[in-house]
Amino acid sequence: MSDAAILVEGLTKRFGTVAALDGIDFEVPAGSVFGLLGPNGAGKTTAVRVLATILRPDGGHAEVMGYDVVRQDAQVRFQIGLAGQSAAVDANLTGRENLRLIGKLAQMRRADVGPRADELLERFDLSQAADRPVRTYSGGMRRRLDVAAALVQRPPVLFLDEPTTGLDIQSRTELWAVIRELVAEGATVLLTTQYLEEADRLADRIAVVDHGHIVANDTSAALKAHLAGTVIEIGMGTEEMASRAHEVLVRAVADHPQRDGTMVRLTSNEGPSALIETLRLLDSNSLTPATLTVREPSLDDAFLALTGRTAEEDPQRGRVA
Amino acid sequence: MSVTTPRAYMAPVHRSPFSGLRDAWAITGRNLIVYRRVPTLLVFTLIQPVVFVLLFRYVFGGAIAVPGGVPYVDYLMPGIFVQTVAFGATNTAIGLATDVKSGLLERFHSLPMARSAVLTGRTFADLVRNVLVVALMAVVGVLVGFRVQTNALLFLAGVLIVLMFAYAFSWIFATVGLAIGDPESAQAATFPVLAPLVFASSVFVPVSSMPSWLQGFATYQPVSVTANAARALMLGGPTLSWVLQSIAWCAGIVIVCAPLAVWLYRRTN
Repeated sequence: MSDAAILVEGLTKRFGTVAALDGIDFEVPAGSVFGLLGPNGAGKTTAVRVLATILRPDGGHAEVMGYDVVRQDAQVRFQIGLAGQSAAVDANLTGRENLRLIGKLAQMRRADVGPRADELLERFDLSQAADRPVRTYSGGMRRRLDVAAALVQRPPVLFLDEPTTGLDIQSRTELWAVIRELVAEGATVLLTTQYLEEADRLADRIAVVDHGHIVANDTSAALKAHLAGTVIEIGMGTEEMASRAHEVLVRAVADHPQRDGTMVRLTSNEGPSALIETLRLLDSNSLTPATLTVREPSLDDAFLALTGRTAEEDPQRGRVA
Repeated sequence: MSVTTPRAYMAPVHRSPFSGLRDAWAITGRNLIVYRRVPTLLVFTLIQPVVFVLLFRYVFGGAIAVPGGVPYVDYLMPGIFVQTVAFGATNTAIGLATDVKSGLLERFHSLPMARSAVLTGRTFADLVRNVLVVALMAVVGVLVGFRVQTNALLFLAGVLIVLMFAYAFSWIFATVGLAIGDPESAQAATFPVLAPLVFASSVFVPVSSMPSWLQGFATYQPVSVTANAARALMLGGPTLSWVLQSIAWCAGIVIVCAPLAVWLYRRTN
């Protein structure tokens, strides 16, 4: 028995010759959001399927709320809700019928099923559409119902498998708000996503997954700080001025400034002090920047540094799960 | 830090003893709702057997001689009942393959429900549909001149044999649907299984009219013995042997296919 709501140790799963999970480890404290971030085929969905007792792992060990996902799979199923890519709702049933069906199958007391369905329809803004077949729903409505379906029996652990993939910006923002509410209520959430921004906004901790391996596991802020510092970009207007600025800065600033046309760029782990130092040096040499950009590193920068690819870039292989 | 249950949650940690039945019932209801939502599905299931009745009653029937001076329409209808439910079993395959493809089975896998409920719920729903279909076919039969020659009770016994066969047969196609996992391919895969069983049988013509190399198969395969059993119950003649053979086939099919289907369901994903 571990303290974590989700515990994963050396988990492996192969499909034929492809190692979808090649020995992953992570731990998710109760009441937190853990993001599994990676491109298609990285192994995120396989991890969720194993934890949701849909797939049996080949090796390693995983627990959900202290129950082993292989030996105590029946107990695990009482602890979890699953939404997103790995789960579906029935298109021929109405929204209300879908939620009631899930409630019954989740072994809720009959008397609780109806009120709980109504409550969720209300909360997910689906009351108007509650008695329409789901095949008449928009993509956003369907996804909201899908997340609602994962919550019917109030499971303490939620698996949201790419919950916003394919949604427009507005539906995505709405769903993010819902997920934050769930977390505020104390749910433990395992979120998989291809979107760096999504992981950044929602997750307390992020594991970057690539080819069945976890290549990094840290907080969003720490990942960004470790892998890339603050980026300072100074536009000097002309190449000649840029070249003079570069000479000044190379001599005095430790962070390897680089010239790129009319721009001078430097990346620093101590952004604010580097900025002051840079501007002071330029000023004392009578150099005035034409433009100045300071940006914090994005998770894109982190992902690129970790895997050698951007997250949106699809690797040259099929999805494994 | 200890594991804190974040919210009061209602889920019990154990299933009640009857939950398997309750779950199967919930899935049955879910599968039947489709016919209410998309009534054309049911209409199309009925059109095909009606076309067969009309075709064999009025087009081919005149050229088909049946032994014992039985009117062809009386010979035909018990066979049509069996043919209808055999072709209808395709729905079991398509239904399960659709659920595999849509990802609905994954959600069911993640729920604390009885493992068997998805399959029993599917086959129960198809049985309910078959009760409706056979009842309607009986009405169609009467309209085209079919008359029961024994009595109402034996007729009902004949219908029961047909329904028992229908239930067993849907387990074959549950296996096919799960094994294939794609509705279009599942539908295509059912025809090569069904065609020899339905056409090389006593459903439409007496087996004695077939070449001798085919007669052995055509006489003892499950569609024929069930058609013969239903025919004997509805029209008279030696009954017991056909009924026993039909029951033996159905039991055999369920004993082989049900565990196979359950195994496929467990490893589907």
